[in-house]
Amino acid sequence: MERKTSKLTNVFLMIIFFILYAPIFFLIYYSFNSGGTMYHFESFTLDWYKELFSDMRLLIIVLNTLVVALLSALFATIIGVIGALAIHEVKKRSIRNGLLSLNNVLIVSPDVIIGASFLILFTISGYKLGFYSVLLSHIAFSVPIVVLMVLPKLSEMSSSLVDAARDLGASTWEVLIKVILPFISPGIMAGFFMALTYSLDDFAVTFFVTGNGFSTLSVEIYSLARRGVSLNINALSALLFLFTILLVVVYYFITQRQKLNAVGVKK
Amino acid sequence: MNTRLTRSWYTLPYTLWIVFFVIAPIVLVVYYSFLDINGDFSFVNYQKFFTPVYLTMTLSSFWYAFLITFFSFLVAYPTAYLLTKTKHKQLWLLLIIVPSWINLLLKAYAFLGIFGTYGISNQLLEAIGIGTQQILFTDFSFIFISVYIFIPFMILPIFNSLNELNPTLIDAANDLGASKWTTFTRVIFPMTIEGVKSGIQVTFIPALSLFMLTRLIAGNRVITLGTAIEQHFLVTQDWGMGSTIAVFLIIIMFAIMAVTGTRKRGV
Repeated sequence: MERKTSKLTNVFLMIIFFILYAPIFFLIYYSFNSGGTMYHFESFTLDWYKELFSDMRLLIIVLNTLVVALLSALFATIIGVIGALAIHEVKKRSIRNGLLSLNNVLIVSPDVIIGASFLILFTISGYKLGFYSVLLSHIAFSVPIVVLMVLPKLSEMSSSLVDAARDLGASTWEVLIKVILPFISPGIMAGFFMALTYSLDDFAVTFFVTGNGFSTLSVEIYSLARRGVSLNINALSALLFLFTILLVVVYYFITQRQKLNAVGVKK
Repeated sequence: MNTRLTRSWYTLPYTLWIVFFVIAPIVLVVYYSFLDINGDFSFVNYQKFFTPVYLTMTLSSFWYAFLITFFSFLVAYPTAYLLTKTKHKQLWLLLIIVPSWINLLLKAYAFLGIFGTYGISNQLLEAIGIGTQQILFTDFSFIFISVYIFIPFMILPIFNSLNELNPTLIDAANDLGASKWTTFTRVIFPMTIEGVKSGIQVTFIPALSLFMLTRLIAGNRVITLGTAIEQHFLVTQDWGMGSTIAVFLIIIMFAIMAVTGTRKRGV
């Protein structure tokens, strides 16, 4: 674009960025407040962080959240890749579209419905609510996003690549491991990260399928926040913000590197 | 054949996922919608749904979702448009996306401090002489915070479709003497309508089912379909009625998908 960005443009964008980030920095700012409110800043303190790190219950919940996120992302990625391969192999358009619509149901469904219907499912099958019901739900709602991330990569792949491998005597298994999977790995990575963030972020579904003994961070934040302002949550949000930034940076670098690799391959 | 056998073997996890976590939950919700509170088969829930209480709730839920979507669009379109004009637009886009990765409940919690009776916005109002207002637990705070949360999700698809827009089309419009406004209404907006539609999809449907926000921010004054479902499932334990509302939400969801669905075939 030739036209320079006008001052008005910059002002508008700055206002948007300010609105988007202000509440987050507001939270972080008050996490250092020695007074117990988000209204009046008394003096700087790290007490809330100390309290946070001495809260064993909360640390266990953080650990739970991470374990659920990593495991669910891993399983969802495996199932999702399989699903994408399966959908990719279907040549008939109508069946393919049908499969894709089924795949997308959980993406477009509101969380409340996913949560409620999974609650019925687990209760009817006599499954005890707790760690496994949460894990299974997280796997379930992450699978379709992995499929959607992997499918475009599969369709980018030219079929002559697979044919060539076959001609050179590779078995179906070898074709999969040595040709297809490396080619679609950017999609797999993206899918894994998306599944991870879906799981870390989820509140509504977990809220429905979690039992009494098990809790994840979002559910815990909800019950804390309903009781009113407590600066522990502020300290927690500051740490989560740092963690998120870290995740974004890692993700950014991985995708950048893959882009470079892809360019390298094309040359 | 051998390959067919291996195929059906490896697609098993994905097939099981579709059967257990896509089809079964929907079937169960529909089944439960026909059970009254004692677990007997009846149409009582559907009769109840068509009473003024539930119809008003559905309408108001729609109205709120409409307002949230409308204001999100109003902010998101110019933002997305201006973003495409910036240098390093991918980086700026990433910065827009980052706040959406911060847990939704934390952001809602931040507004407890910002909009509270002694919060920063009331201090501001006090300073300019308007005086303290009740901001929290009003329609305004509910809509404002929902819009805040949905803006990134609205910006992303609009940005993508604006980004794909061929600049020669705009040049052509300029050459043919179209004013800026005409170029926008006759060329840019129609060409990016798909992005707008998916933005509406990812905002409107979740906005119908937000229940944690109504609990935290709107102080139970605003009841959306989502709040009602959560209420019936987790508080009053009337799963039948909850399922009936869920069925209507699913129907509404499909209707919205049909209206805003991509019509690629015609092009």
